Amino acid sequence: MAAADLRTYDYDVVVIGAGGAGLRAAIEASAQKANVALVCKSLLGKAHTVMAEGGAAAALGNVMGEDNWRVHFRDTMRGGKMHNNWRMAQIHAQEAPDRITELEAWGALFDRTPDGRINQRPFGGHTYSRLAHVGDRTGLEMIRVLQDRAVHSGLDVHMECTIVRLFVVGGRVAGALGYFRETGRFVLFRTGAVVLATGGIGKAWQITSNSWEYTGDGHALAYEAGAELIDMEFVQFHPTGMVWPPSVRGILVTEGVRGEGGVLKNAAGERFMFRYMPDMFKGDFAETEAEADAWVRGDRKQNRRPPELLTRDVVSKAITREIAEGRGTPHGGVFLDIASKQSPDYIKQKLPSMYHQFKELAHVDITKDAMEIGPTTHYMMGGVKVDAETQESTVPGLYAAGEVGGGMHGANRLGGNSLSDLLVFGRRAGLHAAARRVAPPSIPDAAVEATLREALAPFERDGENPFAVQSALQAVMQRNAGIIRDKSGLETALTELEKLKGRARKVGITGSREYNPGWHTAIDLRSLLVVSEATARAALERTESRGAHTRSDYPDSDERQAREQIVIKQEGDRMVVRRDVQPPLPADLMKLIKEGA
Amino acid sequence: MVEQRRFRVFRGTRQQGELKEYQVAAGEGMVVLDAVHAIQAEQAPDLAVRWNCKAGKCGSCSAEINGKPGLMCMTRISDYQAGETITVTPMKAFPVIKDLVTDVSWNYEVNKRIPAFQPRAPDAPDGTWRMYQYEVERPQEFRKCIECFLCQDVCHVLRAHGKHAEFMGPAFLVRAAVYEMHPLDEADRRSYLREAGGIGYCNITKCCTEVCPESITITDNAIIPLKERVVDANYDPLAALWRKLTG
Repeated sequence: MAAADLRTYDYDVVVIGAGGAGLRAAIEASAQKANVALVCKSLLGKAHTVMAEGGAAAALGNVMGEDNWRVHFRDTMRGGKMHNNWRMAQIHAQEAPDRITELEAWGALFDRTPDGRINQRPFGGHTYSRLAHVGDRTGLEMIRVLQDRAVHSGLDVHMECTIVRLFVVGGRVAGALGYFRETGRFVLFRTGAVVLATGGIGKAWQITSNSWEYTGDGHALAYEAGAELIDMEFVQFHPTGMVWPPSVRGILVTEGVRGEGGVLKNAAGERFMFRYMPDMFKGDFAETEAEADAWVRGDRKQNRRPPELLTRDVVSKAITREIAEGRGTPHGGVFLDIASKQSPDYIKQKLPSMYHQFKELAHVDITKDAMEIGPTTHYMMGGVKVDAETQESTVPGLYAAGEVGGGMHGANRLGGNSLSDLLVFGRRAGLHAAARRVAPPSIPDAAVEATLREALAPFERDGENPFAVQSALQAVMQRNAGIIRDKSGLETALTELEKLKGRARKVGITGSREYNPGWHTAIDLRSLLVVSEATARAALERTESRGAHTRSDYPDSDERQAREQIVIKQEGDRMVVRRDVQPPLPADLMKLIKEGA
Repeated sequence: MVEQRRFRVFRGTRQQGELKEYQVAAGEGMVVLDAVHAIQAEQAPDLAVRWNCKAGKCGSCSAEINGKPGLMCMTRISDYQAGETITVTPMKAFPVIKDLVTDVSWNYEVNKRIPAFQPRAPDAPDGTWRMYQYEVERPQEFRKCIECFLCQDVCHVLRAHGKHAEFMGPAFLVRAAVYEMHPLDEADRRSYLREAGGIGYCNITKCCTEVCPESITITDNAIIPLKERVVDANYDPLAALWRKLTG
């Protein structure tokens, strides 16, 4: 049967995903003399990293010399509502500056300070100007630099190849099976080390800034391989997505707009963020418009940051409330106005792609008029539970880095901490996967055959259109597991997801195996169902509000749950939920958080 | 405000294919990619198309719309007359895989052959460099390239004459220009550009510049300065004098 056209490769390390984390992991593993495959679902260079706009956070101290890793660590922990894996947050803050400098050595062209060093811009939740950037297309710069470095590293790139199954034999990773989109033919990678760098799960919601690829493949592959998932209740809804026209709803509007002085206003013209200051951040932010404006103009010693630069969870909830209470715009958003704060030339220089995006897609000139924006599904804080030092999961030989990894960002990620996370932990995953490579156990033919049969089953059926099931799933998650959740909504989500599992098992495909998006969507449904269920179960279990997870039936934070972690694991056919307590912070780091750095 | 619009979309493979007609309900602000997705979701689930960001940032959804190369995600349906049929076909300079998806693998091979970036020794003891904004702005323009390959598609050297084996195309001249004009780079790509890169094939018709969705001034800012560098490197005054004397 299908095995006849199965291609087989042997590698020391197979990296799945070619965004920032996957590229950085593959470069590092290759530098360790490992034989490396980089496998990606799209063409090389099209991964989500390319869409990152604002910048990469690293305490270089080029703009504000007071900055150092301790302040960055403190900001990250406070932004994550103290739920982060403290060791990951520490490693990240300590190593990010070296990873950025290294990119410059590889050809990156960051914007400059007047004295010729890498410039840094302010961003939500960061005490000092910290984001190395290139206008508002930082991700594009990063991915191109890494891409060119990778293709000169002697590794193999397998493009438009989707992995559908990991094999674990005798308790450790043995390989991965996938198909090439172009031909529909299967491929088996035999390897003792797999690095997952597959990104997030945002395609499980209707309003999202994420592309078709973001179906939680890595989360689901790891879960099905027996690894543990953590923090799946923490989904970041970015405060500023486009809301109009309907076809662009959800497309990201960079936080850089606010970093460069943009302000949020409701339909009445009121700058409402002053009313939403959480206790934790009182005293750190401007209290009047005059003070905020002075800070934007550059007087940063005497004045505090504008409240628009509060963490994303806080801003998203504020916007949601303004809209719910009837102060939204005609298209159901709020206004984001930079036109009245900066000159047209400045806006075009600092935010060129935002200018272009609004002009082309919405016929709005952001140098003259306000943008209409609202929250959009953006980033998954939760993911595969990994060791902070090595990025290895609870399954030997299986590593995870970047968005698919869990722990680093706690209950809410700060803007800019993702691009630096990719570099820091991508490198570590590649390093350790290569250093500890082993000959893989052999994979039983029966396991391969069963996977092929399951993947091809939709062709045998005259069933429902997979796009219809995908869109029903997105509606369920949008309605019941969005920004504001409660017990009955989450229970409804679980009931509905159970029905959708039945529908997914019956979808049918027409046409051939060659580049057939209907078939690809049918296969992706399996991952979407796993991550949606994991999110709903974890959200139901966490009976408090913290960071990006907001329960209307438990509106307050419960400090006893701050360091409790919801863990998801497969047992038999069942998804099992348990609570672990994370190890406490060492005294010196705790002191740093309480007293300031 | 929804109106019915008529689309014709290429369906088929390298060997054979035809334009198939579809009706799509077009709402406000809808772009061509939305229409293709609507056809895929409701009428033809096996319709092959590439896309990722849907915001003009990734360069995946390149195609030809009424014969004009462009990004489907940035082409608004309302830009066409009511009642006008919108025809969507794959890029012509590359072999069709299926429907709107073409085999662009050649581009990745070309990129791999460009001599890699080689920085000068760091300027500061901490291993960092000093570069000024006015120095980085020039190569930064070329870094806006999203690898949509529309400039390759429209370039007559590739599109009409099929010189893929001899000419790297405007997209990779832009890529070479990033490094050639990078303040830190010390590698010399001039002989590569002249020989394997085939820079001489470009006769400056500027079609690439016109089609670039990122508005990179490909011909004037990247290709012409590279041509000048290549000519300077290969100009030998004695040989020129000899040619003049011997006719």
